[in-house]
Amino acid sequence: MVEFALPKNSRITGGKVWPKPPGATEMREFKIYRWNPDDGKNPSVDTYYIDTHDCGPMVLDGLIWIKNHIDPTLTFRRSCREGVCGSCAMNIDGQNTLACTKSMHDVKDGAVKINPLPHQPVVKDLVPDLTNFYAQYASIEPWLKTTTPTPQREWRQSHEDREKLDGLYECILCACCSTSCPSYWWNSERFLGPAALLQATRWVTDSRDEATGERLDNLEDPFRLYRCHTIMNCAKACPKGLNPSEAIAELKLKMVERQV
Amino acid sequence: MALSIIHRATGFALYFGTLLLAWWLIAAASGPTAYAHVHDFIGSLIGRLIVFGYTWALLHHLFSGIRHLVWDLGYGFKPNEREAMTWGALVAGISATVLLWIVAYMIGGGR
Repeated sequence: MVEFALPKNSRITGGKVWPKPPGATEMREFKIYRWNPDDGKNPSVDTYYIDTHDCGPMVLDGLIWIKNHIDPTLTFRRSCREGVCGSCAMNIDGQNTLACTKSMHDVKDGAVKINPLPHQPVVKDLVPDLTNFYAQYASIEPWLKTTTPTPQREWRQSHEDREKLDGLYECILCACCSTSCPSYWWNSERFLGPAALLQATRWVTDSRDEATGERLDNLEDPFRLYRCHTIMNCAKACPKGLNPSEAIAELKLKMVERQV
Repeated sequence: MALSIIHRATGFALYFGTLLLAWWLIAAASGPTAYAHVHDFIGSLIGRLIVFGYTWALLHHLFSGIRHLVWDLGYGFKPNEREAMTWGALVAGISATVLLWIVAYMIGGGR
């Protein structure tokens, strides 16, 4: 259902301003969402100052600097630090993106404002609970399905057919797109969301897959696929430059084409 | 996202615009006094503002709807195309509304 306000226990109240690093000549202000499941308090936004001469250029560098130098309790996911793993997806300056590929110098005007991915349950601080998101990915059965006997060697594919998967296979499942989508915010228990649908397109498009009809049957549902209203937030958010809305349009076209 | 919200809002506003249109038609069918009553309301400053808003809602929803039609056919998804169509629909809706009203005033002389 449509929700415009946060529930009472999720509203942001106050926040601590942490001391500036001593001896720093140039600083950058970070305003970071904090929530601890153990203290029973509402979320808050804490203010930190990082020494930019002692810190790398990316937002993730700033977060790690804060964790190492100011506040070890600050919690966030990160792994590859180069936009491959999708762990550090968060809302930076109002846009869902990866902290590791977003330069803090690209955030203009004042503080770097960081929140967890929107409209997901929070585990702690910047860590969202993506259980539902992963379950939806599993529901589209993201593996090769075949009925013909398995060949002696690999399943062969022409260069042309392989090219059709470009723009689809690169998804790292960071959830930036799905959690930027108003339809997904409000119907995430029934609408699959842009990320899962992009992957659905990837398997429907694969020339080696033999379950195309079955896959489309599974998506033929007023909510699972058709809650997409081409709002395009997904395409704007994707840190890998993919276009889930285009992939979803392809799915909708395939639905029509198979009936003609 | 803003233009998606406007598309929905104008679509919703069209329900009330259609009611206005129905009221006007029913009055026209009922007789001269009822029609004069409606005409007085629509001719007032507030009435004209409402009809102006209705014109814009209708035209904006039309152009924005064409944009959605193009997307549903699988075209116009590149970032530059997307932005051009989105802002194009907004500008076309406003320009067409103003143009239509200028023409209407020129032909009708403000009646």
